[in-house]
Amino acid sequence: MTVNATPTPGAVPLATEGYKPPKATHKARVLPGFGLSLGITLTYLSLIVVLPLAALLARPWEHGLDGVWQTISDPRVLASLRLTFTTSLLAALVNLFAGLIVAWVLTRYEFPGKGLVDALVDLPFALPTAVAGVSLCSMYAANGWVGSLFAPLGLRIAYTPLGIFVALVFVGLPFIVRSVQPVLAEFDAEVEEAAATLGATPLQTTLRVIVPSLAPALLTGFSLAFARAVGEYGSVIFIAGNMPFVSEITPLLIVIKLEEFDYAGAAAIAVAMLSLAFLSLLLVNALQLLLSRRGRA
Amino acid sequence: MRARAPERPKTPAAFLLMALAAVWMALVIVLPLVNVLAEAFKQGVQPYLSAIVQPDALSAIRLTLTVAAIAVPLNAVFGIAAAWCVTRFDFAGKGLLLSVLDLPFTISPVISGMVWVLLFGAHGWFASVLEASNIKIIYALPGLVIATVLVTLPFVARELIPLMQDQGTDEEIAAVTLGASGWDVFFRVTLPNIKWALTYGVLLCTARAMGEFGAVSVVSGHIRGLTNTLPLHIEVLYNEYDSVGAFGAATLLAGLALVTLVLKTLLEWRFGDELAANRRH
Amino acid sequence: MSLVVQNITKRFSDFAALNDVSFEAQPGEFLALLGPSGSGKTTLLRLLAGLDRPDTGRIDFDGLDYLTLSARDRRVGMVFQSYALFRHMTVAQNIAFGLNVRPSKDRPSKAEIQATVQRLLKLIQLEDLGKRYPSQLSGGQRQRVALARALAINPRILLLDEPFGALDALVRKDLRRWLRRIHDETGVTTLFVTHDQEEALDLADRVVVLKDGQIEQIGKPLELYRHPQSAFVFDFLGTSNQVPANLSDGIADFGGFSAPVVSPKALNGAQTVRFRPFDTHLHHEGPGFEAKVLSLLPAGANLRLELQSPTGQVFETQHAHDSEASDLRLNDTVYLRPSKVYAF
Repeated sequence: MTVNATPTPGAVPLATEGYKPPKATHKARVLPGFGLSLGITLTYLSLIVVLPLAALLARPWEHGLDGVWQTISDPRVLASLRLTFTTSLLAALVNLFAGLIVAWVLTRYEFPGKGLVDALVDLPFALPTAVAGVSLCSMYAANGWVGSLFAPLGLRIAYTPLGIFVALVFVGLPFIVRSVQPVLAEFDAEVEEAAATLGATPLQTTLRVIVPSLAPALLTGFSLAFARAVGEYGSVIFIAGNMPFVSEITPLLIVIKLEEFDYAGAAAIAVAMLSLAFLSLLLVNALQLLLSRRGRA
Repeated sequence: MRARAPERPKTPAAFLLMALAAVWMALVIVLPLVNVLAEAFKQGVQPYLSAIVQPDALSAIRLTLTVAAIAVPLNAVFGIAAAWCVTRFDFAGKGLLLSVLDLPFTISPVISGMVWVLLFGAHGWFASVLEASNIKIIYALPGLVIATVLVTLPFVARELIPLMQDQGTDEEIAAVTLGASGWDVFFRVTLPNIKWALTYGVLLCTARAMGEFGAVSVVSGHIRGLTNTLPLHIEVLYNEYDSVGAFGAATLLAGLALVTLVLKTLLEWRFGDELAANRRH
Repeated sequence: MSLVVQNITKRFSDFAALNDVSFEAQPGEFLALLGPSGSGKTTLLRLLAGLDRPDTGRIDFDGLDYLTLSARDRRVGMVFQSYALFRHMTVAQNIAFGLNVRPSKDRPSKAEIQATVQRLLKLIQLEDLGKRYPSQLSGGQRQRVALARALAINPRILLLDEPFGALDALVRKDLRRWLRRIHDETGVTTLFVTHDQEEALDLADRVVVLKDGQIEQIGKPLELYRHPQSAFVFDFLGTSNQVPANLSDGIADFGGFSAPVVSPKALNGAQTVRFRPFDTHLHHEGPGFEAKVLSLLPAGANLRLELQSPTGQVFETQHAHDSEASDLRLNDTVYLRPSKVYAF
């Protein structure tokens, strides 16, 4: 065995003189398939998502800015946007509390049938919206299981904004539960015990220590539920009643415009709805950022 | 860090919370589900059975299955390709790509349907081309398929990306140093490691594809026996006050939802550690 | 069948992971790449395996230009730090993988593969665990399976990245000896990366010491230890005490006492010199570096002392249990004289 006590100095002449080392990349691609997989991904996304959305964004301007303004400043459109966003907001708010309680019960307590309840939380994700829609409508109609309880009081639920709210509560529940549940399940027990050793009652610990630390997760769940509610169609359309100015949601108005072949109008309303939704989400994200700055994330 | 183990409820507050949760779950979730069955069997078993075997219902079932059978494999292949390039390579614009990938989850299903009308509808960008070549997309099967593809696009990719990110590339790189070809790496190392997450994603994708309403409603035209999928069939019957027919069809979709939930729960229970850590949507 | 690495440079954005690195490995040699974290040793291993590409330089193996070969075609047996075992395959399937993925014309028959797997299982002393999954094995067993998997492809070179990094101290020692034995049996040229000087000196035929992407010294363990070429190598290979001295003609003068100097250069004048804990004598009277006993600890066959000078400097020394140090107590004052010092 030869021993080289010093590093081999300089270049030892080797057979392939004109050899140039391959171009340097920061991360060599050892694994194959980059071109193929990126090609498939980009092509598919372009055809299925980007091109159609470009068509949507390009469409409203057919009759100029005035045309767009005229469409979305139509009182009927404004009424529908107001209805859609307020019912979505209220439903998400109610779910914030209901979802927190359900998540709390599912993570904190042991009881028979817990697995079943846990699985059922996902039902609104799994149940086709049309099924939910017709079922909720028949339940809350004046002659339905629930509607008949309220009818004598003069309270109508189906075919009113209240019905829309009920449907959006159904749709939104799992978003809050599934956002909060993992955070709650992994909440450090020692933090809670520390609060107890400092003299806090269980209620104080819950309200001052645990719930605040859930704020980011709650906010995430809230924004998901809200975004879903704004665009929701199937589960709402049956129970809504669809009366212009009263119980007509924006997605329905889009469908109506399309059926009238007013593509530009439909697109204008859709873009307005999307913009409002993205603005709301931006607001939530900003709030989220603020929370995490305070070290609660 | 140690998380608190769930315990049997002892305090009055605990029982109060459990009661609240139980009432809420019963009212919001369980009752609508039970109501579907009650309405479907309102007039007995016979009318129910005849409702679900009427020709329009059968053709709606067939169409629903056809649409899913085309849309789901497309999105599965796409999901694998997207997860592979996103988790295995670094490239500029990856963040943007991921945002675009998530878009179908954030836009209204109605919009996911209408964009196709804007492209291929009577006054769409490609209307003249389609008319000249006599191809029908809107109010026909292709429209139903592409609308479904758009709505369900992220399901498989979203399931695979966090998992493959988590698993890293060590095993695949080891396979390369042992002389494996690209396809060997994928089929012998990657695929076995992601098979349950893939199954999970495909399951959710299928359930959504078969149950989608808003997007397909826009592109379908509601032609009975031709372009009505099962959810649209329910709508038509319900609007015609055929309650038993509508709810009969609804039981089929509700059954599908329950089967999905059972399979999903089974997968989470049995292969939880082989699914993505963050598997909730 | 020697490995020749020439003038390899590799930069990551603005940081040079490797800078003009050249060395050779002889056929069947067992080489350690030793250095602190960030010295570029793992980068070098990845370049050899084809997992990264150098910016400049050459890597040749037995006349083959390795840079033109992909990782797949290099036939390099790589043992990853995390082992990277295929979690869904049994131990036997893991070992057989490299043979099973060969193109059908080069693939051994099922029986041959089976035989190879059995032979390797026997080599790694896990004959009965072929049907287990990686998750059912201990860390040390996984490490051995990873090695068997790498050996199965009959590799031209074997590369091991911190092979004992994830194991506890007892298992480490065992596996070390065992790895050396496997190497001697198979005779395959082996390079392993470590940050543990003891491991490198204990196992390797020769050690390549890396610092900041450059080679500091290459040599046999004993050579390295006896004739370190730089202060870095000296400090990295063991505990080092530093004192100022006046050098002339190979003698370090400390004012009243002196010691012979070992140095790669002929140094004269005021210098900092270094000495090992065991190259020292303790005396009850001067001359010597005055110091108080700070701690007395057993270190195997020796007694390890920490001494503190009146200026606060701490020395570490080692002595036999039955030497002049054995009667010392805490806070005793002693005079320390090095018997041999190093200067760079």
